[in-house]
Amino acid sequence: MRTTIILKTASNYLLPVLLVFSIFILLRGHYLPGGGFVGGLIASIAFILHSFANGLNKTKELLIMHPGFLLPIGLAISFLSGLAPVIFYDLPFMTGLWSHDEIAILGSVGSALFFDIGVYLVVNGVTLTIIFTISESA
Amino acid sequence: MLTAILTGFLFSIFLVFTGRFFKGKLSILASLIPLGLFVYFFKYIPAITNGEVIMRSYEWIPSFNVNLGFKLDGLSLLFSLMITGIGFLVFAYTSSYLKGHEYLDRFYGYLASFMGAMLGLVLSDNMITLFVFWELTSISSFFLIGFNNTNPASRKSAMTALGITGIGGLFLLAGALLLNNMTGTYSISEMLTMSEAIRSNEFYFVAVLFLFGAAFTKSAQFPFHFWLPGAMKAPTPVSTYLHSATMVKAGVYLLMRFTPVLGGENIWNTTLVIVGGITMLYSAVHTIFRTDLKGILAYSTISALGILVFLIGLGTQEAFLAAAVFIIVHALYKATLFLVTGIIDHQTHTRDVTRLSGLNKIMLPVGIAGILAAISSAGIPPTIGFVGKELTYEATFHSETLMVFLIIGIVITKILLLYAGFVAGIKPFTGKLPEALEKTKKPGPILWIPPLLLAILGIVFGVAPFIIESSLVKPVVEAMGADASEIHLALWHGFNMVFILSLITIGVGTALYFIIKPSAKLEQGIARLDFIAPENILEKFNALFVGFSNFWTNFFQNGYLRNYISIIILFLVVLVGYIMIGNTSFAIDYNSLSKITVYEITTTLILIAGIFYTVFTDSRLAAVAAMGVVGLSICLIFVFYSAPDLAMTQFSIDTLTVILFVLVLYKLPKYLKLSDYKTRVRDGILSSIFGLIITTLALQVLAEPVSKEVGNYYAANSYLEAHGKNVVNVILVDFRGADTMIEISVLSIAAVGVFGLMKLRLKMKDRRRYADTSLNAENENKKK
Repeated sequence: MRTTIILKTASNYLLPVLLVFSIFILLRGHYLPGGGFVGGLIASIAFILHSFANGLNKTKELLIMHPGFLLPIGLAISFLSGLAPVIFYDLPFMTGLWSHDEIAILGSVGSALFFDIGVYLVVNGVTLTIIFTISESA
Repeated sequence: MLTAILTGFLFSIFLVFTGRFFKGKLSILASLIPLGLFVYFFKYIPAITNGEVIMRSYEWIPSFNVNLGFKLDGLSLLFSLMITGIGFLVFAYTSSYLKGHEYLDRFYGYLASFMGAMLGLVLSDNMITLFVFWELTSISSFFLIGFNNTNPASRKSAMTALGITGIGGLFLLAGALLLNNMTGTYSISEMLTMSEAIRSNEFYFVAVLFLFGAAFTKSAQFPFHFWLPGAMKAPTPVSTYLHSATMVKAGVYLLMRFTPVLGGENIWNTTLVIVGGITMLYSAVHTIFRTDLKGILAYSTISALGILVFLIGLGTQEAFLAAAVFIIVHALYKATLFLVTGIIDHQTHTRDVTRLSGLNKIMLPVGIAGILAAISSAGIPPTIGFVGKELTYEATFHSETLMVFLIIGIVITKILLLYAGFVAGIKPFTGKLPEALEKTKKPGPILWIPPLLLAILGIVFGVAPFIIESSLVKPVVEAMGADASEIHLALWHGFNMVFILSLITIGVGTALYFIIKPSAKLEQGIARLDFIAPENILEKFNALFVGFSNFWTNFFQNGYLRNYISIIILFLVVLVGYIMIGNTSFAIDYNSLSKITVYEITTTLILIAGIFYTVFTDSRLAAVAAMGVVGLSICLIFVFYSAPDLAMTQFSIDTLTVILFVLVLYKLPKYLKLSDYKTRVRDGILSSIFGLIITTLALQVLAEPVSKEVGNYYAANSYLEAHGKNVVNVILVDFRGADTMIEISVLSIAAVGVFGLMKLRLKMKDRRRYADTSLNAENENKKK
């Protein structure tokens, strides 16, 4: 695929910015617009943009592993965050657990945040897997 | 007890993860599992002999009255011992039979889960649990029958078996629901106490039919019998285990279990006698016309199952006794014969009985096992087979109606079974060793010890039937609701009519063995009648069905996305339009609608322009881009109405959709077939009507008073209970977290699906193997 120098240069800067932004969106989701789903989508857009500018192989090198591996990891994180109250406190499945102290940007951290991180990873994994697979089988 | 049942499944899962590291070294460990279970169940014998019934119950779905209830009584103990005992021998035998096979671990995994399912089936006291295990046996046997998955015939017979027994399982489920409706419980023990009420219920007849449907399909009764001979495509240990000793007996087990609940009525007994009678005669006759050892054994198994059903149908205490003994007899001799056949097949690579003889010069112990089993199957003293046959005749003699016909039927069946047993167990080992087989290797001891052990047990039980009398047989008869205190098993019954019949059977059968030699000619002769065989009728019906569904699929799912969408929209228009006719009052409160600002007007104009451009452009890419514009305008509208979450998500999704579309379009051929004028008009009208209906519907919805209770609850509690100020996100990750959990699972499955469809191809080696086998099959067909 031919790409312009401008896009190539821009995407190199955009990738980290977008990723940071996606994580920002993910973390603030509990209090302000955002969350794991949107965050995951934004992150995957960042990678797709990078792949458009630099070619799929470069992006794959960047990712180290196949995005499909994000699926089980994300699912496991989400599931475990739901399971944690059952295991540690004998509460029903998916009961929210909360830390007592508030952390600066995040507010109080709870199991919901980990759940959201799981969603973030799964969404990212799903989008990248589908798009990479389709664009590879040209 | 639950642990005992789950052991099989746990082992099977364990193998999935570790199998590749052990690569077949697990065989010894594998056979220890059924052995351990056998010992476990064996320890219950004293308790069961004393008339105890052991119940265990674990909660599963209490709100639906479904629990993991297990009951160990005489009947389930007998079956458990058979499953684990023969299971042990088969597991051990397999370690040698399939030695070095690439997928040995997988095989053990299937076998172990089958064993677990079977144990669960016979021990379940809850009908829903029973159904679950019932279907699990069907599924695990599907894997086992189709174990040689590169062979098309194997795959086909696995499908047939799964189809027939699976449908039977659905009958069982229907029966369970109906019985629950009649009695208010799923527990079989509780149903026992309500037997009178069930039999006088108006749906009694239907319940019986359902249970028959389940039992007849599983136990291969006529006309559902044909899956069983096909299932012989499985490796021999599977045939031994599933199709002689365990799975096919599940139907018989079901009938026995429900005899005290549903039995005693005419419909129950008569049907069973007729169906069992037809099955035993029909398939016994079939054995004459087979030359494949396994084919002979398969048909004689069906015949034996017919006898069992027949005996249960007679419904007397004597008949139950005969059935109980015959189950033991059949398990012992049939498992032996199958294992012997397996050895012959393994060493000589043929199962064609016309080419086998004189093998005892090479494999004497196997020959001894085969001959002993054949004698037991023939009912020649002093084997347990003789005891079983005498009891069967005795029970038939005392039947109330049509005694003469039944006697004639059972004697003919027994004569033919004797013939079949002799052909399978004696013929390969006697006579002259043909040149082709002279170089046959000796089988190892792990191969011949299991069948020999079983065969010797047949003799031991025959000489000393008191061993099984009070420990195994009496409790079974009691479990079937008959008085068992008078039972006394003995080898010698005295010189009476039954004994004369026995002599006739043995005499005629032996004569038959010397007169009729199995030959390919006979087999071809019967093949001419194949067109009226049930399996062929079913096949034709099947073809008809496939033809119809092909037509149906091609009509509705012709692969054109535009057609799908047209059909879906048309359907919605008709459905929603029909409901709306006469129900719409158009009571739209115009005052409640807010004022339109200039931003909204502009956005809407862009939106409309985008839509028109999408519709009328000639370029796919431009259409996709214009669709993107439409999506983004909607994002803007979301922003105006202060829904930033939605806008953000919509924005991301829209971008990704456009990217996906472009990626897909990139691969489509350049040529773009534009719809002609007529189609455009048609589509235009359809979509206009649809748009109109949706608009009306939306306005209608707005006019209805909205219940804000739920929204208010979330708004009020999202910070208090979930510590979050963003209600949308709190709903997603907390209040409805389980939904999200399932959603991301679905997403993952979709991604895996896409990946699988586009990426995973068979490895080169496997692909070649598939190509080869299907090519061979084609060539064979051509030759025919």
